[in-house]
Amino acid sequence: MIAELGLAALWLAAALAALQLVAGGLAARQEDSELALLARPAAVVQGALCLFSFAMLVWLFARTDLSVKLVAMNSHSMKPMVFKLAGSWGNHEGSMLLWVTVMSAAGALIGFLERRLPERTMQATLAAQGFVALGFYAFLLFSSNPFERLPVPALEGNGLNPLLQDIGLAFHPPTLYLGYVGLSVAFSFVVGALLTRSVTPDFARAMRPWVLGAWIFLTIGITAGSYWAYYELGWGGWWFWDPVENASLMPWLAATALLHSASVLAARDALRTWTVMLGVVAFSMSMIGTFLVRSGILTSVHAFAVDPERGAFILALLMIYIGGALAVFGFRAGTVAEGERFALVSREGALVINNVMLSAILGVVLLGTLYPLLTEAVGVRVSVGPPYFDPAGAIFTLPMLLVMAAGPLLRWRRDRLERVKAPLIAAGLVALAVLVGVLAFAGPGVLPLLGLALGAGLAVASLLPLRGRKLTRLPLATWGMVVAHFGIAVALIGMASDSAFSEERLAALKIGDSAEIGSWRVTLAAVSPVAGPNWNAIEGVMLASYSGGIPVRLAPQARSFWTPPQETTESALETRWNGQLYAVLGKAADGERWQVRLWWKPFVTLIWFGGLLIAFGGVLALLGRLAQDLRRRTIARKGAARRAELSA
Amino acid sequence: MSETRGLQPKHQRLALVVLAVVVLIAAALIATWALRSQASYFYVPSEMVEERPAADRAVRLGGMVETGSMVTRPDGVTVDFVVGDGKARVPVRYSGILPDLFVEGSGVVAEGRLQTDGTFVADNLLAKHDENYVPRELEEMTAAQKKLVVEETTGT
Repeated sequence: MIAELGLAALWLAAALAALQLVAGGLAARQEDSELALLARPAAVVQGALCLFSFAMLVWLFARTDLSVKLVAMNSHSMKPMVFKLAGSWGNHEGSMLLWVTVMSAAGALIGFLERRLPERTMQATLAAQGFVALGFYAFLLFSSNPFERLPVPALEGNGLNPLLQDIGLAFHPPTLYLGYVGLSVAFSFVVGALLTRSVTPDFARAMRPWVLGAWIFLTIGITAGSYWAYYELGWGGWWFWDPVENASLMPWLAATALLHSASVLAARDALRTWTVMLGVVAFSMSMIGTFLVRSGILTSVHAFAVDPERGAFILALLMIYIGGALAVFGFRAGTVAEGERFALVSREGALVINNVMLSAILGVVLLGTLYPLLTEAVGVRVSVGPPYFDPAGAIFTLPMLLVMAAGPLLRWRRDRLERVKAPLIAAGLVALAVLVGVLAFAGPGVLPLLGLALGAGLAVASLLPLRGRKLTRLPLATWGMVVAHFGIAVALIGMASDSAFSEERLAALKIGDSAEIGSWRVTLAAVSPVAGPNWNAIEGVMLASYSGGIPVRLAPQARSFWTPPQETTESALETRWNGQLYAVLGKAADGERWQVRLWWKPFVTLIWFGGLLIAFGGVLALLGRLAQDLRRRTIARKGAARRAELSA
Repeated sequence: MSETRGLQPKHQRLALVVLAVVVLIAAALIATWALRSQASYFYVPSEMVEERPAADRAVRLGGMVETGSMVTRPDGVTVDFVVGDGKARVPVRYSGILPDLFVEGSGVVAEGRLQTDGTFVADNLLAKHDENYVPRELEEMTAAQKKLVVEETTGT
């Protein structure tokens, strides 16, 4: 009964999405129709129904209803409750339902709250959203029904992939999805504004919170995903240029560019066409991301639940949406009037350069990710890896970081470089000092060295906009920018430091043997079997002491899950202020020795700390914008009340 | 805004557009150039034997781990094995902890460098997340595994 309720709600929601498309479409065509008034209520009800449907799926997973195929395939009665719940989206059908749920919930929110744009534009926006959602409803209902029953209930479930049975990973996909869906909302705004010819600063202001929200979730998702790969795969690496990783990086790059150009449009009414185009590109990237992850068309060590046939469906959706949007863009871009003028040396100019560099990096990543597909068409197998991405990406990242340091110090419209020379020289000197300091130390590679120097310089430069300002009166959005830019510097220092100074030690140890790495001395104290709720493991107990200090206990495990039968590596981490000790237990080498792999990674945690800072900067900016809107709205309401009072 | 003051920003904006176009073309050129030099980044054993990659180049080698070829060296952490594709064989040396699903007779993708003595020294063995995962490069070599995947997903 629960499954049927969920399915019925899903059908109804799909019907409402269709209504939303028709109603909003009429509004976009300038037809004064009563039907157009239905766009908002349709969006609200559609959101509620979809949410209900998703809740039903979670309920089915919570009670492990084995008569439902999806539950039987992906869950198990013995699984811990939190993973049962997370299991509802840890598979293809469930994750697609989550996708459309988030999107329709966003639509409901827009339908309920958004009053800033002209009504017609708003209705056209909702039409675009109904259109995008409709494709996903069709996908769910016709090719991946999450509520499908089994002819005969299963006796026991298949279980969830053990690598997914990790609290971080359970919440990782939904985080990324919130990002993807946020970009789809931004896309709807773009289409709505194009259709009704209202690409204005107001449009940018209405779209900006959604882009900011999407960007925050993408940032958190990428950061968490990177940390997860780092500790769960046991390879000690944090970025592999894997297609699935790139699939989340590409929308992030596009969203970052969009965020900055939308700010220019909102503040200065410039970059209209460019912003609109980035909106289309950002959503295309999130669709390409979904496609790459779901279709299994590219080799990835991270891909789950892949299915080439469904990939074809997503590809078809991708082409319809992107093709449609590009067509609208092509027809209407000419009608988007030229915005305000500005000079090359100005805040706008810096933001344009930042946008161009981000686009170049995006192009480099996109080309590298899709290249294997292209060459396969002519029968050549290729895989593209770090030897391509590292240098090709760096070429454009380095100048972008320079512009990032200078841009926030420049004035809008036009400025002179001499005005910002002094502080930039100071930042440059810091970078130089770091460079010299590191060179005196050791001789790491060119890129890490540059990374360290730039990171240090950028850290200083990112704080410069605070100079000479009253800190308590600084707008939250400005704080957000400062924190996010500082976060980039922090992450950069972490990355460079890890690739420059990381030490690795591989040894076969008897119980009681020690290995040394960096300032650590690690002793293998014991190896013993342990049992978990649905796994057995061999656990190694290691005592690690830093420069002869009190030893800390590390307990890496090699786990064996029962259903499905699979082995995973649980690394052990010891975090100090100046770095992280990373330990992995391998197989028994021979009768009495155990393989042990150790890394000492100075300041590696700064990578993820930086990522969180970036996201936190986004949160500050979002709060600042929302507060600003609220204030503006209150003033407008008071003004209206006052006028009414005067005229009475 | 008067004409004389307006003209210059207009020129400067033209400069921005030109800059944007130049950078994007440069990105495309750099990317395609770098990709071309990468074109033979992935090798199967017969390709590696035919045209050896330069000794200092990081490449990937993909193939099947030959049954009975795995030998652990006395240091306990270095493993020698042979990767083959039915036509040619490449000896591989790897120091490290073997991925959980690394077994003889199954596919592997090794990242590393070919030494002048013909041994491939791997820094990394690409592991997979679950037993159904088959590296795409190896698909045609593992018809038996693909059958297994079909069986498991359709429940037959």
